[in-house]
Amino acid sequence: MISQMLLRRHEKKTLIVALIIVLAAVLVPLSNLLLAETNPLHIPGYLVPLLGKYLCYALLALALDLVWGYCGILSLGHGAFFALGGYAMGMYLMRQIGNRGVYANPELPDFMVFLNWQELPWYWYGFNHFAFAALMVLVVPGLLAFVFGWFAFRSRVTGVYLSIITQAMTYALLLAFFRNEMGFGGNNGLTDFKDILGQNIQASGTRAALFAATAIALALALLLSSAIVRSKYGKVLVGVRDAESRTRFLGYRVENMKLFIFTISAMMAGVAGALYVPQVGIINPGEFAPGNSIEVVIWTAVGGRGTLIGPIIGAFLVNFGKSIFTAAFPEFWLFALGALFVATTLFLPKGIVGTVQQYFARRKEYKTAGETEKTYQEDKAAALTAATASPQAAE
Amino acid sequence: MAEKMSTSMLYLDGVSVSFDGFKALNSLSFVVEPGELRAIIGPNGAGKTTMMDIITGKTRPDSGQVFFNGEIDLTKKDEADIAQLGIGRKFQKPTVFESHTVWDNIELALNRKRGVFSTLFYRMTPGDKARIEEILETVRMTARKDDLAANLSHGQKQWLEIGMLLAQEPKLLLVDEPVAGMTDAETSETAVLLKEIAKTRSVVVVEHDMGFIRDLGVKVTCLAEGSVLAEGSIDFVSNDPKVIENYLGR
Amino acid sequence: MQRIRKGRRVKANGTRRAMYRAIQTFLVALCLLVSCLATGLRAQEDIRPLVDALGVGNFPQKVEAVNALAASGNPKVAEILQNLSDGKLFAPKSGGPVFLEGEASGSYLDVLTGAAIGDAPGNLAKIRLNNSLRGAISAAMSQLTLLSPDRSARLAAANDLLKDANPENLDLLNSALAEEKDAEVKSTMEAVRAVILLKTDASFEDKKAAIDTIAARGNRDALTILTAAAATAPDELRPGIEESIRSINRSLALWDVAQNIWYGLSLGSVLLLAAIGLAITFGVMGVINMAHGEMVMLGAYTTYVVQQTVQAVAPGLVDYSLAFAVPMAFLFTGLVGVGIERGIIRWLYGRPLETLLATWGLSLILQQTIRTIFGPTNRQVDNPSWMSGTFEVGGLASTWNRLWIIVFAISVFIALLLLLKRSKFGLQMRAVTQNRRMASSMGIRTPWVDALTFGLGSGIAGMAGVALSQIDNVSPNLGQNYIIDSFMVVVFGGVGNLWGTLVGALTLGIANKFLEPYAGAVLGKIVILICIILFIQRRPRGLFALKGRAIE
Repeated sequence: MISQMLLRRHEKKTLIVALIIVLAAVLVPLSNLLLAETNPLHIPGYLVPLLGKYLCYALLALALDLVWGYCGILSLGHGAFFALGGYAMGMYLMRQIGNRGVYANPELPDFMVFLNWQELPWYWYGFNHFAFAALMVLVVPGLLAFVFGWFAFRSRVTGVYLSIITQAMTYALLLAFFRNEMGFGGNNGLTDFKDILGQNIQASGTRAALFAATAIALALALLLSSAIVRSKYGKVLVGVRDAESRTRFLGYRVENMKLFIFTISAMMAGVAGALYVPQVGIINPGEFAPGNSIEVVIWTAVGGRGTLIGPIIGAFLVNFGKSIFTAAFPEFWLFALGALFVATTLFLPKGIVGTVQQYFARRKEYKTAGETEKTYQEDKAAALTAATASPQAAE
Repeated sequence: MAEKMSTSMLYLDGVSVSFDGFKALNSLSFVVEPGELRAIIGPNGAGKTTMMDIITGKTRPDSGQVFFNGEIDLTKKDEADIAQLGIGRKFQKPTVFESHTVWDNIELALNRKRGVFSTLFYRMTPGDKARIEEILETVRMTARKDDLAANLSHGQKQWLEIGMLLAQEPKLLLVDEPVAGMTDAETSETAVLLKEIAKTRSVVVVEHDMGFIRDLGVKVTCLAEGSVLAEGSIDFVSNDPKVIENYLGR
Repeated sequence: MQRIRKGRRVKANGTRRAMYRAIQTFLVALCLLVSCLATGLRAQEDIRPLVDALGVGNFPQKVEAVNALAASGNPKVAEILQNLSDGKLFAPKSGGPVFLEGEASGSYLDVLTGAAIGDAPGNLAKIRLNNSLRGAISAAMSQLTLLSPDRSARLAAANDLLKDANPENLDLLNSALAEEKDAEVKSTMEAVRAVILLKTDASFEDKKAAIDTIAARGNRDALTILTAAAATAPDELRPGIEESIRSINRSLALWDVAQNIWYGLSLGSVLLLAAIGLAITFGVMGVINMAHGEMVMLGAYTTYVVQQTVQAVAPGLVDYSLAFAVPMAFLFTGLVGVGIERGIIRWLYGRPLETLLATWGLSLILQQTIRTIFGPTNRQVDNPSWMSGTFEVGGLASTWNRLWIIVFAISVFIALLLLLKRSKFGLQMRAVTQNRRMASSMGIRTPWVDALTFGLGSGIAGMAGVALSQIDNVSPNLGQNYIIDSFMVVVFGGVGNLWGTLVGALTLGIANKFLEPYAGAVLGKIVILICIILFIQRRPRGLFALKGRAIE
């Protein structure tokens, strides 16, 4: 049924973007591995994990866009789902270190030996198997989102209240993961990974494979998202975003609608985190910081929320800018980021993709408006009512 | 009263609700029969919208009974349940899905399975398509089916909303000020439409426009301060001295 | 008993014994009456045999000698014992007069007068100490300070003795008690006496009274003493002691609760200060100001700048720099707030999520600006003298700045309440909150009211910053630590209701402090966050929520 959904007719531009990403999944590793370093098309080794990181961010932004752009739920806690997925993967990678750690304990990760723990805590069981860890990458964030959402949506916590409590959620997790007693390595987190699926995690071949896996995951997520938002369910979601009570009075269970997309989105964020950790080589509680989650929001907003391509473009642009800025003028990055927040909300509320779409839509509209004078006048009337209605909306 | 309850479409008895000490409804009782078109008038703050909130499950009454279709206790259900039971509601301010096309608005309102997975894997059948086209024809929106609802005029949005309610196939329709902001021509057309709709289901209309109510020519209930002031034909009610004092003015 | 032992010890000077005793009593009384310089000489001569006894015999005998010296009550004794403990006293190996080591090597001074001694004997050796002798010296020194003219020294000495009371101190204590005027010192001394009594073979009634005296103190020291006493007490006393222990435990538990409440109030008032500005911008205007924490931070930096300026311009007024800082911080952050409202927020009314993002961006900019100007490290803001130090009420200990911050928070709250309820601006603000269009058609300049309201909220955040600079590190991240807590307070208390904010802040503060002992600070905070998240599910609009159609 899912494959059927994925094969459903998508918009042309979605397919083009998915194709570009798949091409990247093939070409970037090939260029890195096969071309000589002197070749101008060669992608240097350090760039591959960096691009992979951007792809993870893009996936995270896409996940956020599903709930924010399409359902109006501004989650300020998506970083938590990302980090949980990352921790699940990190736990697998920790177990793969085996006795190559500093303390050479075959069973316990170094930090547990350091804390004088005698045996592995129960929640670390099974993480030596990749399949189990991969399952947990989906289950843990999904379960948290499901439980959290079940409570929140059922009691109709909406708007900024929901944003604030999602922020509180990630903040509580941040505090919790900083504690050594939690058994996740305290503020150092999990690092010093050696192998993934038996391959050296530092090797260029592994890195290329990770990049390809990330790109393919992003392409699949894009198609899945497209299938979701283009289904009747997706239309209901937009309905919830624009007129929640109307949806309710039409007989839809708004809380179930929200809960489903919130959980799916959290799982996607978890996958993004899981792909992120082996490429950057560390996961620590800093990933739970509320600021991180809000940054994801701005990627989505810059690119254009409520569009599928927008968040991907936004994540790439903002993070590319961040890489440039933090290298060239580190002290100005926060100014730039802050200004970006302000400028986007004030001058580009629809984001890049949204604004471009609007431009083309309007051009098309005026072309057709020329044909029938009547529609044009009605548009004017509509614009007038919209203008008079806006002070009401401001209340 | 109990006898009436089992045969009625909508049955309210002794319904009271208060917000922070303000009694919005004060022991309100009234009955709507199957197939009846009922008009409700009353001054601002009489409790008209609160009454609709209670029927549709948005507000819970402090006391009193609300029964639908004879035996279903509405006070135990929420909005989605009540909507699925067959009660449709039109808001005072037209509320449509502005970023969807007219067609999609109707499609969403169509009375089909409304679960997450049934909507996720929904495929439009020829029957559904024909039904949507039929409704678009009824509310005179066929020409605009591919336009975004946001681009409709105020009156058109009212009609689209009514169309959505029709797609919902309710047994009882609650309509809050349907002709507010409409031209005279639109108003009389709306009256015709509502009477048409009422042939197959019960309709409750809240309206201030006395001319419109006269057009409808049905039983009128006048509310004031949260309870029924008078009930009867439009002439009977508009000559009631209490109604004149409370609502119509001298 | 004491006298008998003393008699045995001093038998070499048997003939002088009667005289010595008489003089001792006389001297003690004398010393207590005046700090006696005039009679010093005679007193000095009369303790010389006691001093000389330090030089002979084995360690136990020397301990006796130290005790005897201490019991003499002579004002010189403290100095002598200090010299002894410093290893400056010398005596012939065979016994004889004791001398004090001089500045120059090989020179000796008279122990009592400090006069140089020309003809010191050649075979002098340092008087050696062992641990029991050192113990005796320090016990003796604290006894001596019981007679000190300095009240706090006496109190400290009495408290010392309480832990290590010795029946031998009884006489001295009695005489000290007889002269003591200060109530607190006196009650401590009485407790010491009671402790001593428990250790002697006093009558049952006396001991019972002693237990009551100790129990009346009701603190942890008393508990320790009684617990120790219970172990050795005769059977007929034990029930009384145990009863007292129970009652002390009860009252201590109560004081613990009181202490927790106090700490909770203190934390709650900090939260209140941080949150109340937010309650205005969020509650009244519906604006989510993520830069609120940075307003608090700006207030703290204003305090720093004001303090530096005052220090440079009028160092005498440094203690009062906070008095300048409060209005300055209010005005400065208030103006910044008005600027933010006019520049950014007014374009975003009705779009709360966008406001949230824009103000978050603003908070990054403000943080980085401060970091650029003042550097990333903490800035030192000094407490004025009237805010430093601690005080005690019963079993409750607190620092002064806690008290002042509570007072400050309450004053700000009341002032704000009055402003909203009584002033014209407050009326206009409430009007705009309730019905913007109606207010505007009544001739209220709503944009102006919006700007001022936002400025007011920001200004209060600035004042919170002044208070926080007194208890927290002033760094660019200061605001970040409070923003989530403040939101929790407002959301918990209910939006649009100042009383809700008050109750919310105090509840969260107290709940935090009560959880801390069980769960630890971090876990306690996590528990609170989870509780609030769950609470929001139950009451999505907080404790004091508005009901009805108005909220839609």
